[in-house]
Amino acid sequence: MPIEIPKDNWPGTVRTVTIGATVADGGSRTSTVTIGGQKNLPFLHFENKAPNHPVVAIEIKDHRPDDWSPLLLEAWGEVVNDPVKWANAAEAAGSDLIQLSICLTDLEGNPTNPEAAVKTVKDVLAATGLPLMVFGPGQAEIDNNLLVAIAEATKGERLVLGIAEDKNYRTIIATAMANGHLVNARSPMDVNLAKQLNILISDMGMPLDRVLMDPTTGALGYGIEYGFSAMERLRQAALQGDAMTQLPMLVTPGYEAWKTKEAKVEAGVPAGWGNWLERSINWETLTAMTLIEAGADVVVLRHAESVRRIKLAIADLMAATYTLA
Amino acid sequence: MALTGIQIYKLLPQTNCKECGFPTCLAFAMKLAAKQVELSACPYVTPEAKTQLAESAAPPIRLVTIKSDGYEAKAGNEVVLFRHEKTFYNKPGIFIRVYDNQPVETIKATVADANAYAVNYVGLDLTVDGFAVASASGDPNAFTTAIQAVRAVSKRPIILMSRDINVVKAGLNVLKGETPLVYGADNKNWESFADLAKESKVALGLITGTLAEMAELTEKVKSKGVDDLVIDPGGRDLGAGLAIATTVRRLAVKKNFRALGFPVITFPGDISDPGMEAIQAAQAITKYAGFIVLDHFNPATVYPLLVLRQNIYTDPQKPIQVQPGVYEINGPKPESPVLVTTNFSITYFSVANEVEGSGLPAWLLVTDAEGMSVLTAWAAGKFDAERIAKAVKGFNIAEKVSRKRIVLPGHVAVLSGELEGELPDWEIRVGPREAVDLPAFMKQAL
Repeated sequence: MPIEIPKDNWPGTVRTVTIGATVADGGSRTSTVTIGGQKNLPFLHFENKAPNHPVVAIEIKDHRPDDWSPLLLEAWGEVVNDPVKWANAAEAAGSDLIQLSICLTDLEGNPTNPEAAVKTVKDVLAATGLPLMVFGPGQAEIDNNLLVAIAEATKGERLVLGIAEDKNYRTIIATAMANGHLVNARSPMDVNLAKQLNILISDMGMPLDRVLMDPTTGALGYGIEYGFSAMERLRQAALQGDAMTQLPMLVTPGYEAWKTKEAKVEAGVPAGWGNWLERSINWETLTAMTLIEAGADVVVLRHAESVRRIKLAIADLMAATYTLA
Repeated sequence: MALTGIQIYKLLPQTNCKECGFPTCLAFAMKLAAKQVELSACPYVTPEAKTQLAESAAPPIRLVTIKSDGYEAKAGNEVVLFRHEKTFYNKPGIFIRVYDNQPVETIKATVADANAYAVNYVGLDLTVDGFAVASASGDPNAFTTAIQAVRAVSKRPIILMSRDINVVKAGLNVLKGETPLVYGADNKNWESFADLAKESKVALGLITGTLAEMAELTEKVKSKGVDDLVIDPGGRDLGAGLAIATTVRRLAVKKNFRALGFPVITFPGDISDPGMEAIQAAQAITKYAGFIVLDHFNPATVYPLLVLRQNIYTDPQKPIQVQPGVYEINGPKPESPVLVTTNFSITYFSVANEVEGSGLPAWLLVTDAEGMSVLTAWAAGKFDAERIAKAVKGFNIAEKVSRKRIVLPGHVAVLSGELEGELPDWEIRVGPREAVDLPAFMKQAL
């Protein structure tokens, strides 16, 4: 029986965004990452072969994190004490790019100062040729202080600076604009709030091909269905032609999954939860996979085994060797 | 495609006899279109109209139920491609596969473990749905022995996997009175399988390499009078699986293409790497599978998959909420602290479970944040000092405590100043950001 295969024909296209700049483009990266450009829903190659695939970033910190699951600290070992070594290990683990999160305080508990943060960022840039994303600790004033210094010291590198949110975006956008960087625009699991922030950022004159949006997602079991549906709706709005939603999406399943009790706690949990390490990695990979199905373009992970699995999954999703009818 | 009220009206007698209980045929047609009444309420409808209406009223994806003594797994009846458009209805059945060339004791051990498995998630007990028994030996006796081994330790529904009619017949003899899924029929064996399915009233799985072949096969099998079908049109890797599952769902719900309007069965278990098996199963859950067959039963994999299924199949129009109010945990006394959180059920259960687990008594004040989590509600203006103060006063918590001490979630530490203004005679404390850190906080800081 001949079947007419239904194909969506969308008027809109997701913007193409390139993270990182090579020497030729005014930076020092040896590779760059290009995402976005989709003209249809994720991985439906029989309609349109997606020009770019989702990429995987590994999150590293400027020093040993005190609130991470012991499983992660064990898996990375000594390198967590040195962001340079950690970046190299992340690269060896197959990371397409790196997310460096700056902690609120140094190891002695003193507020992280801009000079130290700049040094860390420069050291990491010197140690790896991968594109870099730098996120502040998430407190408006401190983020602004750190990120402005970092942005100025790394002019032209096309870093992704985070996190711009509705309560704190002006300074970060201004410094990203002035220094040739990108920004990550984060909003809380809502299509309209995401769109509104993109409008505010666009109104400042920031070119939207230098903005990623992070709709925040929740982890598996902790509200992922809200993030999943917000992302599906955002991507559909983008394809329908809404310019203010046509940004690639960055999500942080590593952060979301590894803060859950399932990933943090070994003892005193129900037997039905199973082996701690395998459960935790499944928590991270299933969170990531669900968001990739909804249109994620950058997934930030924490465990190397999750990176291996998710990269295999992305390769598998990008393969288009089948006949439908 | 579902007919509109007007289209239905044209098929009715248009006599306004009122015997259906509605004043006019048009009113009745409107109720029919809204699926609020049955066509049988009209005594005068013609057989032709009945057929036409029945066809249009049938769900675009047939509901198929696999049944055993006391259990069932249902798939189908879905009406949308995206959960935000309405909701997904029937959670895909998760089945664990055993093979008839495995030792009986191995089969029994696996099945007994999986059968007894139940894990609590936000107050619900989540379980696997059943078992698939695959004929690897080709021997009818080995097949029946394996099925008997499963039945010795579990009553859950069964999928019989063999393309050899004699093997399947032998297997069905063990499952009298049940409605298993027989998987299955292909282009070669379909006639004998269709006859068997009709005679034994079982659901039939169909296997082809392409959608076009599948559409032909379902029509042929339906012409034999077998309607409860489950389809496997191929696609074992993630990309092909997604394209095929999406196309089947689109054809069914958008084009009302009946030849593919059946639940899809997937086999993540065909991949040997258990980590990738879990990822394939996750895609099957988010993207349209009706039945999912796994080869590894491992709580560390099954628990996240069951939670994902629960999450994706939550009705987005009804956020899962708990009743706002004061919850007593571990028998709180007047000097016990008041912990405040929102009425999003996942938030509530995370907090309540931690406090319960700590063994420390507390009053848990659940505010009406319209079913949102702490951060989301705060960002949306549904969880602020004013609302918290209103809950404190509204639920008269001051009458229950001698020491007026309230603990805010760490994520909304910024509210503490404002809350001091709203509740001047209360001591405002800032707790941890994540529920998992509550027991340590309560021990050390309260």
